[in-house]
Amino acid sequence: MTKEDCKKLVVDIIADIAPDEDLSTIKPDVRLRDQLQLDSMDFLDIVMELRKRHGIEVPETDYPQLASLDSCADYLTPKFATKG
Amino acid sequence: MKHSRIVITGVGLTAPNGNSLAEFRRNLLGGVSGISEIDVRYMGRWPAGVCKFDPLKHQKKKDVRIGTRAGSISIYCAREALADAGVSLDGRDKNRAGIYLGITEHGNVETENEIYNISLFKYDTKFWTHHHNPRTVANNPAGEVSLNLGITGPAYTIGAACAAGNMGLIHAAQMLRLGEVDFALGGGVSESIHTFGIFAGFKSQNALAAHADPTKASRPFDKARNGIVISEGGCIYTLERLEEAQARGARIYGEIAGYCVNSDATDYVLPNPERQAECVRRAIAHAGMTVDDIDLVNTHATSTPQGDIQECQAIAAVFRDRKEPPAINNTKSFIGHAMGAAGALELAGNLPSFDDLTVHPTINVDELDPQCDIPGLVINQPRNVKRVDAILNNSFGMLGINSTLIIKRYVA
Repeated sequence: MTKEDCKKLVVDIIADIAPDEDLSTIKPDVRLRDQLQLDSMDFLDIVMELRKRHGIEVPETDYPQLASLDSCADYLTPKFATKG
Repeated sequence: MKHSRIVITGVGLTAPNGNSLAEFRRNLLGGVSGISEIDVRYMGRWPAGVCKFDPLKHQKKKDVRIGTRAGSISIYCAREALADAGVSLDGRDKNRAGIYLGITEHGNVETENEIYNISLFKYDTKFWTHHHNPRTVANNPAGEVSLNLGITGPAYTIGAACAAGNMGLIHAAQMLRLGEVDFALGGGVSESIHTFGIFAGFKSQNALAAHADPTKASRPFDKARNGIVISEGGCIYTLERLEEAQARGARIYGEIAGYCVNSDATDYVLPNPERQAECVRRAIAHAGMTVDDIDLVNTHATSTPQGDIQECQAIAAVFRDRKEPPAINNTKSFIGHAMGAAGALELAGNLPSFDDLTVHPTINVDELDPQCDIPGLVINQPRNVKRVDAILNNSFGMLGINSTLIIKRYVA
């Protein structure tokens, strides 16, 4: 899986978590919370959906790694690769 | 102690056969049932009352996702009631507005959904949603309204089984009279069709209606009735003290005349006609009325073989000395049993009688049960009457809670 593939999976999840948001102009290097109406409960939803849909666990200490799409891709792509 | 006069100034509702009072009333007078069939988890197809309002009229998609069906119903009804009343909360002290919603139960739907969800993951509770607790706390429906409207006054639910719809109105009136709030949203809501447990519970109790034609399934007083049709719904009123309603030139639907809430203290499930009759008599006395003043009685009857007979016995006992009986009807024959919303919705369906002097009928009575054949029943066709100055609304619930609410025509 490429980092771009990984970003797409994260955006797919965000589309369900924040269905009122326009995700077409999302900037990958900007914090998600600075460009979308996302709160801490929404991030818990993102973590849950990664667990449900992809079997990926994100420990609480690693939540800051999900700050932007770029950081998500950096953090999650190796996890997808490990999962095989 | 002289009580403030409390009046109803707005109505917002969603019923299986209407998403506004006008549509609801039109269908009640036109004999249009709102009952259809739905898939109930683990149980197959059963008759039920489904509401068809648009939640996105007053909520964002995300709020619908995070919240509950009862929350969406409550928000829709509250917003529609405010619009109907011509009230904007902007400029009002939102600390002085209260939200009081009757519920039969809350949280079963969300809990069942989560158990089903984790069943897909071998019951591993790490897949249990963090939304579970805010969704299932008993105040959820009222809390969602407070979030949506920015109301910062008291907002909570009143758990009173199927007597709850009246309770929301009664409590709102009490809080206005106490001076705790200056404006109140009161009524009842239910999302019960989304929990299989209620269907399964009534089925095990031999009290769940079944009929080849779902629109015929809810048939109070008919000889072939065989149980309850479960429905979702909501009805919320705006209530104000008379002087404040007058000051803003509000349209007044009716005035809270009197009420009573009592308890059977006899059984978990079985009703007690003596206590029901006592509740009705005490409500009439509380209104400063006599039995001769009541023009329309809206029954609670849920289409169960025993319950309908017992309520008929109670009503017949209360009004036996009347020369001309009051008109007696039943709204569940159209919309099923909307649980916590039932009392509030059924009252709304009858409020227009003050203006049109017409009593909506009880439908689906093909053969009247002789044990329910009490004077005054309005069966299958609407009835024009000479006077509707007082409407008495019954709602009774499990654990033996009874509520009777009397609304009278507003006369300045």
